[in-house]
Amino acid sequence: MTRSRYAYYPGCSGQGTSREYDSSTRAMCQDLGFELIDIPDWNCCGSTPAHAVDHLLSASLVARNLAIAEDMDVDGIITPCPSCLKNLKTTQHRMLRPEFHAEVQKVLGRVVRADLPIKSVLQVLVEDAGIERIAQESTAPLTGLKVVPYYGCIMNRPPDVMRFDDPENPMALDNILTAIGIEVLPFALKTDCCGASLGTTRRDVVARLSGRVLDAAAAAGADAIVTACPLCQMNLDMRQAQINKANGSHHRLPVFYYSQLIMLAAGQLGERIGLDKLCVSPFSLLSSLGSQTGEARS
Amino acid sequence: MNIGVFVCHCGSNIEGTVDTAAVAKAAMGYPEVVFATDTMYACSEPGQAGIIEAVRNYELDGVVVASCTPRMHETTFRRTLERAGLNRYMFEMANIREHVSWIGKDRAANTNKAAELVMIAVEKLRQNTELTAGEFSINKRVMIIGGGVAGIQAALDCADGGLEVVLVEREPSIGGKMSKLDKTFPTVDCSSCILGPRMVDISQNPNITLHTLSEVESVDGFVGNFNVKVRRKAAYVDWTLCTGCGECAAKCPSKKTPDRFNEFVGTTTAINIPFPQAIPKKASINPAACLMLTKGKCGACVKVCPAGAIQFTQEDEIVTEEVGAIIVATGYDLFDFTKYGEYGGGRYPDVITSMQYERLLSASGPTEGHIKRPSDGKEPKDIVFIQCVGSRDKSIGRPYCSGFCCMYTAKQTILTKDHIPDSQSYVFYMDIRSPGKGYDEFIRRAMEEYGARYIRGRVSAIQPKGGRYLIKGVNTLMGDQVEIEADLVVLAVGAEASKGAPELAEKLRISYDSYGFYMEGHPKLKPVETNTAGIYLAGSCQGPKDIPSSVAQGGAAASKVLGLFSKDKLASDPQISSVTLQRCIGCAKCQSVCPFGAIEMTEFRGMTKASVIATVCQGCGNCTSACPQGAIQLSHFTDNQILAEVNALCPY
Repeated sequence: MTRSRYAYYPGCSGQGTSREYDSSTRAMCQDLGFELIDIPDWNCCGSTPAHAVDHLLSASLVARNLAIAEDMDVDGIITPCPSCLKNLKTTQHRMLRPEFHAEVQKVLGRVVRADLPIKSVLQVLVEDAGIERIAQESTAPLTGLKVVPYYGCIMNRPPDVMRFDDPENPMALDNILTAIGIEVLPFALKTDCCGASLGTTRRDVVARLSGRVLDAAAAAGADAIVTACPLCQMNLDMRQAQINKANGSHHRLPVFYYSQLIMLAAGQLGERIGLDKLCVSPFSLLSSLGSQTGEARS
Repeated sequence: MNIGVFVCHCGSNIEGTVDTAAVAKAAMGYPEVVFATDTMYACSEPGQAGIIEAVRNYELDGVVVASCTPRMHETTFRRTLERAGLNRYMFEMANIREHVSWIGKDRAANTNKAAELVMIAVEKLRQNTELTAGEFSINKRVMIIGGGVAGIQAALDCADGGLEVVLVEREPSIGGKMSKLDKTFPTVDCSSCILGPRMVDISQNPNITLHTLSEVESVDGFVGNFNVKVRRKAAYVDWTLCTGCGECAAKCPSKKTPDRFNEFVGTTTAINIPFPQAIPKKASINPAACLMLTKGKCGACVKVCPAGAIQFTQEDEIVTEEVGAIIVATGYDLFDFTKYGEYGGGRYPDVITSMQYERLLSASGPTEGHIKRPSDGKEPKDIVFIQCVGSRDKSIGRPYCSGFCCMYTAKQTILTKDHIPDSQSYVFYMDIRSPGKGYDEFIRRAMEEYGARYIRGRVSAIQPKGGRYLIKGVNTLMGDQVEIEADLVVLAVGAEASKGAPELAEKLRISYDSYGFYMEGHPKLKPVETNTAGIYLAGSCQGPKDIPSSVAQGGAAASKVLGLFSKDKLASDPQISSVTLQRCIGCAKCQSVCPFGAIEMTEFRGMTKASVIATVCQGCGNCTSACPQGAIQLSHFTDNQILAEVNALCPY
């Protein structure tokens, strides 16, 4: 594999609620030989509040980051967060319209080409490193662990903009997790919505939607859920007790980031992996996996 | 030469954006034009009478009509000329409607362009010569490709009209899609009960030769004299001996063979008769599943066959049929719903197609008419029907309406209630399309008398849930999300062109649209004709159709063939190529570009020369473009005639 150089966009959650996703992603990329360079002085993409109100505002926030990255001599921009990814790619898509492109440049007061490839870390992992490479790095396969992969609703949607994996039945996570020895169960809700940012305003909606994901994961016989999205992870993990209370359920399902499991399977532990940051503790589950892998990890 | 020019208003179609009087006035200045006028409708009776009168009064030798496309009215005006006593080829048409008035709004520019087109036509006409059609005899046999209900109707009507009919069918039995249906809308009468007798009529009619398990290999020739090679695929059973007793199928050990006739619901045996009413009722072997043909051991069928009909060494056979006309009735195929990830992409056993559901409903189907879920054989209680799966959806390249799905879905909800009285059907629909006699009343019956719940909206996901399925969708009338738990989901899959349709069209030299459906001669006025003489269409090969429309087209195509064959000889088109021997250098370039095989190389005083087979030439002109010597010329489109047109337009 040729060494790839990417502008890295951590996203705001990576600085706060999903610090363990950010740090384990950086560790994983380092292991796999990707050179990540943070976009200097990057700003928030505006997330849902911006694009729900004003496309020009949203695009301008994103385009500033694109413009900085364009000065960086990189192969593309990557981000671990699907929500940031969606804003980055949607802006790029919208800027294909010359009038909109001109308008955004006027707001920024500078030229933005908006032509760098924009990908999720997951896509880069699959396309640049490849499943085989990940399997090779996996020195301590997580045999015995049964999970359902949860991609969330926007990782692959809208398909014309995201252009990665199957929008209805994505397989990237399935394939990666299988490669590191995990038993991946069929999961029909893998692209359902968790309730997203309604967690702050309409907890009942999150309790219903995320509750359904937890119910289905438990019914499938999963020990844990694996996500690739900070917001999904937060709703399923941090709000799991809230959801249990609202729905009268008793789930205790750890919710991992896939990057944590890849590093775990590569025999790495410690602060960068951040297993202790998970609200539903995974340690008893991991220790139950057997003497070979479990004890050392717990 | 005295030339007359008639510039048509076509009502306001042309006159609206072209000053036809000015065009006529300009035409008076063109060489040899002695009369020019504008006319309201050149094709109308008074319009044609005006042309005839002018021919007589001004002693015209040739006529130019500036109006619509020649595809519309060239024949009309050629007949007018004949009535006026002129040769029909002393006529030229300038298309100032499709090529001028319909495509531009600038009246001055349009008028100028129209005048130039008339000038070109005049210059061409000055080079025209009188041509006379020859005659050739025709073979009054007809081939019908496809033995579904449209082909069956066409075959029976042709045979009743006294024609010899060759019916070619790809599957082992005729019957087509209709033979798979349980009941038909809007009468809910038994499909095989109304089709079965027709199928028997086919097998018993002495005028009909039936080739099943056969496909058209190649088509040569032309109207009146087609030569069709048909590949009769090996059935591994001598059908002259097979009595259709079915002993072989009873003893065949390969019982897990995919069952094509039953839409892969359940399995069949490697040797089988596809269904009880099959015509011909003959056994055939699926070579991919037969132990003898794949592994070289078994032969159970040989031991039990009382007629000694099994022949493992049988090979495909090419049969040549000579016919004068061909009716194409190759039907349609079902959309492959696995393209829809939101419906499970084929991963869920209880999400089935509407045709599979027909087989579950049918008394001769794999469940003997009991509705059972494929996954566990249980009787479903809540059944969700999703319409427009592969219809009216640009995202999967199927923007057209398949036309019959609304109706068959309503029928299936009615049959479901008849089979399982305590069941509940739900139908997700986009719009109900029921414009047929008794059709909308039938939909109302499904809703009002049979209690089918119709929900206007699309389904976003089907998810397995505790042995059942959760169907998530939207109700666009209520502006609300809907979730229904069901035991079985039936997808109303749309129609697409029959597999292999474009390839067959290439063999037949007929046109097809971007979806593979065959093009009719004219969307309104020539619904069963093609643009290739002697080839007709019937049924869904032209576009999705229900049974009544398919039957009507089968009959219409048969009547066209009977009309064609009512003459003993056909007039040959004189617009064909011919070779000037002195110029021909025998390079055979013309032969290599001729798509019809109409050119043969002959010896003339020890030299190789090209020669055109007049009856085969279709007048495409490829040869004239390829000939380096200008030795081969297409009558009515000679190099001199084309150059006269070019010179008229480009004088400098």
